[in-house]
Amino acid sequence: MSTIRASVHGAPASAGPMPKAAHTGAISVRHLNFYYGSHQVLFDNTLEIPGRSVTAIIGPSGCGKSTHIRVYNRIYEMYRGQRCTGEIFLDGENILGSSVDLIELRRRIGMIFQAPAPFPMSVFDNVAYGLRLHYQLPRSELVDRVEDALKGAALWDEVEAKLHHPGTALSGGQQQRLCIARALAVEPEVLLMDEPTSAVDPVGTAKIEELVQRLKERLTVVIVTHNMQQAARISDRTAFFFEGRIVETGETTALFTNPSKKQTEAYITGRFG
Amino acid sequence: MALPAGTKDRGWAVKCTSRTRRKLIDRTMKAAAGVAVLIGIGVLAWVLSVVFVRGASALSWSFFTKLPAPPGAPGGGLGNAMLGTLLISAGATLLGVPAGIMAGVYLAEYGAGTRFGGFVNFMVNVMMGIPSIIAGLFIYALLVVSVGHFSGYAGAMALAFLMMPVVARTTADMMALVPDQLRESALALGAPRWRVIVQIVFRAARAGLLTGVLLAVARVSGETAPLLFTALNSPYWPRSLAGPTANLTVTIFNDAMSPYANWQRAAWGASLVITLGVLTISLLTRFILRRRA
Repeated sequence: MSTIRASVHGAPASAGPMPKAAHTGAISVRHLNFYYGSHQVLFDNTLEIPGRSVTAIIGPSGCGKSTHIRVYNRIYEMYRGQRCTGEIFLDGENILGSSVDLIELRRRIGMIFQAPAPFPMSVFDNVAYGLRLHYQLPRSELVDRVEDALKGAALWDEVEAKLHHPGTALSGGQQQRLCIARALAVEPEVLLMDEPTSAVDPVGTAKIEELVQRLKERLTVVIVTHNMQQAARISDRTAFFFEGRIVETGETTALFTNPSKKQTEAYITGRFG
Repeated sequence: MALPAGTKDRGWAVKCTSRTRRKLIDRTMKAAAGVAVLIGIGVLAWVLSVVFVRGASALSWSFFTKLPAPPGAPGGGLGNAMLGTLLISAGATLLGVPAGIMAGVYLAEYGAGTRFGGFVNFMVNVMMGIPSIIAGLFIYALLVVSVGHFSGYAGAMALAFLMMPVVARTTADMMALVPDQLRESALALGAPRWRVIVQIVFRAARAGLLTGVLLAVARVSGETAPLLFTALNSPYWPRSLAGPTANLTVTIFNDAMSPYANWQRAAWGASLVITLGVLTISLLTRFILRRRA
């Protein structure tokens, strides 16, 4: 692992733009229920996520991990018949309120999906997409910010010479880091990652895990993973989900070495899931 | 191999006959398919070769630049009809393509899964099956009877009426092929829905969308029936689309039915021109699709 990590020549951790000082990206989920039509899939989820930390969400397939984080940026609203009740506070503001500006919310809370989905445009335009959406920047600043974001995602050295090649021409791991750069470019306070390495090879996975470690210095990372070793390696805190309920939450080391609930112990020792 | 008592060892015999039979059926089907292909290609080659041979003899520079000659007089051309067909097709494209694309966007993005979306989808399919002469009669009742005379605009409307469902169908199908993950990624960056559609989904589906439009243009540019009741025809240059407008397909219909040898020859020439036009568009779409792949 150390040799792989050593090859992650990237930018220094402070290369990317810094978030605004007032926002720490702390999230507080209170009594969240979620329904697909009349079918309830999340039950009374309550979870505290400290700012500038990495929180892993683990649990067997179909237990509602992805559904849970898809509420944070309200992306679920794209689909008919999906609804939720409860409250989610981001830096003290309830983001499920009806007056929330979804566009600004999604600038503040970025999301990385299971399979990388670069837009059908160049590497540069992929990263610039969010910047052009939210800001009117002069060309020179746009170029600088794209470079910062790519460095922040530890991708700059690999794509510097092919900024104007299509984003879809990169390898799977590079595409995922391109998506991370695209999300970082608009300076989010929170980055949601929905099994970001499940479609990425081991080398790419190591790079992304390394990256997550550096990202927590400036934003909050919530990562859904089915890989318990990954959760143990990169997270500060872990929440264990089972059948739509949060069974146990705690410091990652404590949860993995000394789980307080039987179900948690059974899952992390590999008896089901 | 030990067999249970009381069973005859027929296994091999059965397999042998069935293998011969299978081979025979295979060969018969292969031959039947081959004959069917030959018939299809043969008829196509026959039509094309006759059109090319008889049409080519009518082509000349003046065929593209001059007005039709009177019966029996030498020279003349169908320049007015070619220009008219271009204008009517352009008008139809201008009217039919935006409407079709909008309808397709509705079907793929906003109406998918809703009752009304399902209804629109059904109506689009019904419209695609409407015979083109009905489209012509519909516009005749709507725009010719009320105005009191035939016009190129009415012709363009009739063709647009035929294009719209074709464009809507291909647009909806091509946009449905774009993975939801791409939409989610753009929405998650804070893009509003319309930007996701215009900047991401359209771009991802652009080759398919263009193909749909070109195929729709190719389809209507060879239509005669809808123009018979709307644009009619004219022996003059089209000054605007406000009056009866010369066009190739109705000219072919008229000239081919006429007893004059030089008009019949002109009909062959017009057939070749329109065949080449449609062929060019089809090849163009294939080229676009292949370049994407």
